[in-house]
Amino acid sequence: MSETERIRVLVAKPGLDGHDRGARVVANALRDAGMEVIYAGLQQSPQMVVNAAIQEDVDVVALSILSGAHMTLFPRVLQLLREQGAGDILVTGGGIMSADDMAELQRQGTGRLFGPGTSLQEAIGYIRAEVEQRRAQRG
Amino acid sequence: MAKTNDGLDAARRHKAAVESAKTRTADFTTLSGERVDSLYTPSDIADVDYERDLGVPGEYPFTRGPYPNMYRGRMWTMRQFSGFGTAHESNQRYKYLLSQGGTGLSVAFDLPTLMGLDPDDERAEGEVGRCGVSIASLRDMETLFDGIDLGSISTSMTINGPAAIIWAFYIAAAEKQGTQRQKLRGTLQNDILKEYIAQKEFIYPPSPSMRLVVDTIEFATREMPLFHPVSISGYHIREAGSTAVQELAFTLADGFGYVEASLARGLDIDEFAPRLSFFFNAHSDFFEEICKYRAARRIWARHMREHYGAKHENSWRLRFHTQTAGCSLTAQQPENNIVRVALQALSGVLGGTQSLHTNAMDETLALPTDKAAKIALRTQQVIAHETGVTNVVDPLGGSYFVEAMTTRMEQQAEEYFRKIEGLGGVVAATEAGFQQREIGRAAYRYQKELEARQKIMVGVNECIEPEEDVAIPLLKIDMSTERHCRAAVADVRRGRDSKRVERCLRELKDAARGETNLMPTLLECAHAYVTVGEAAAAMVDVFGAYREPAVF
Repeated sequence: MSETERIRVLVAKPGLDGHDRGARVVANALRDAGMEVIYAGLQQSPQMVVNAAIQEDVDVVALSILSGAHMTLFPRVLQLLREQGAGDILVTGGGIMSADDMAELQRQGTGRLFGPGTSLQEAIGYIRAEVEQRRAQRG
Repeated sequence: MAKTNDGLDAARRHKAAVESAKTRTADFTTLSGERVDSLYTPSDIADVDYERDLGVPGEYPFTRGPYPNMYRGRMWTMRQFSGFGTAHESNQRYKYLLSQGGTGLSVAFDLPTLMGLDPDDERAEGEVGRCGVSIASLRDMETLFDGIDLGSISTSMTINGPAAIIWAFYIAAAEKQGTQRQKLRGTLQNDILKEYIAQKEFIYPPSPSMRLVVDTIEFATREMPLFHPVSISGYHIREAGSTAVQELAFTLADGFGYVEASLARGLDIDEFAPRLSFFFNAHSDFFEEICKYRAARRIWARHMREHYGAKHENSWRLRFHTQTAGCSLTAQQPENNIVRVALQALSGVLGGTQSLHTNAMDETLALPTDKAAKIALRTQQVIAHETGVTNVVDPLGGSYFVEAMTTRMEQQAEEYFRKIEGLGGVVAATEAGFQQREIGRAAYRYQKELEARQKIMVGVNECIEPEEDVAIPLLKIDMSTERHCRAAVADVRRGRDSKRVERCLRELKDAARGETNLMPTLLECAHAYVTVGEAAAAMVDVFGAYREPAVF
């Protein structure tokens, strides 16, 4: 994979939460920043997210969860990705999460997680840097 | 130049004066991006006819308020939306709120309930009791209101997709308490159109969903004279990122949609229209919000009388609930949210709201703690009892700026109504994703304005405290709630008459295939302890499930 290859991101709303303002704004911003965005939309089970991530060969899975189910859904996605040999995909996201919960999820293997008030530039910059680093590590 | 009293001369003098004056480099638009002038004079309201466009409060077109003496007659209802965890836990919170001077209950359901799923459905995993209370059957509804006399309070229920099912649970719970349904007071949100447009908690496709809404309107009209079966909601449209005008226009267009669907059922407009109520957002642009509420009353009155031919004043009178804007709150320096909420709440009161929910400062991080919820309620009490704003009706009426902006927002809403009509009406426009695209564009534009610091959020892109440690206590909901609710619903299934349940579900499907009102059948289901998941699934078998196209 060359460094100039466009970053591919799957943006999805796992679980039952329908509040998609954040996910859609981020999807627009990542696309405008030159990334390839696949928007899976609402009511995606962890299995559906993982299937789409593998099928679309993405670098990043970006999940938006505002319903409080993040401590169930993020670990499930991480686990399924690892089981399918796709543990190298960056799992990041945002929503209504306490700092304690974010720290615990990162300990379990997510990338950075973002709360309300995050600037788009910060999220874009993070994804770009993280994907480049992971690509470099893979060689 | 001769001095005149029409304000034209004043406007000219002002324009000349500010041309040579120093002007800050700042964005002088409203939160919604509308340009406003630096001064308004009588020339800006030359087209406003006092009697035609304003009148007196309590009279057509109700611009100045739905009732003659407003808060002198009756204070707004301080209605704090709450609910979490198990029915028992929420019951405790409701008793606490009532003991603290709350005057109405407002039930928040968890996502599985909102989506018509039982807590032991695999799709519900991790979501049970998180953002509201889990109500799986009549049993939970009985627990939720244990020790609270449903004949003496009014209850608002924020439920949409499965609203008819949950309403049946509520009516059944009251009947088991010994209260007749005729005496029940309250409001169902039951606004399915805004779910497709904004909040995205739908179960069935739009057409059968509209039939269910009309079933509830018809049932309320016949049997429950004190209950409001639909609360036509702009709140979620705004939270999804719309502008103030979009909130105004799309909400009222949804209202017209319900009116037209009810008329098509053969209902008499003056029998059902008085029981429709509204629910608006109170965002941070103070005057824009006040004008939005005033414009809403005038538009509704005019359309109901002129277009739909309603004869009774009560059909023209728009009444609304207000909630402060969750999306305006910041996770950074959360205590600042108390101030935002107070100002937003004040705009709702100056705009003439009938009931109000004030958000708690910690809601960008979790459900509110008791302390944060209490401060939010106290904020309303300070406005009600200390500021003096309740003394005079529509105190900003007659302001050149307020009247000019009220009129402009009405005109902009009318443009949207024409566009929606051109797309074949509100259901067709929604199915085509028109409102969704408009809102999505507005949300993205606002976010870019924040990034460019054209728009400022204190603590987010200005007045930042980089090393801030957010140290406020947060409410935690652990997995024991989910385990408890799963066990409880299994217990309900074991304890009921399964033959009766099967018969009820069969009758429900038959009724769904036909054209009769589904409420009586759903009440039978409720009394038989059919669960929300079973009833919703039976209707999905007939109506199908809706999935929206994934576009951004």
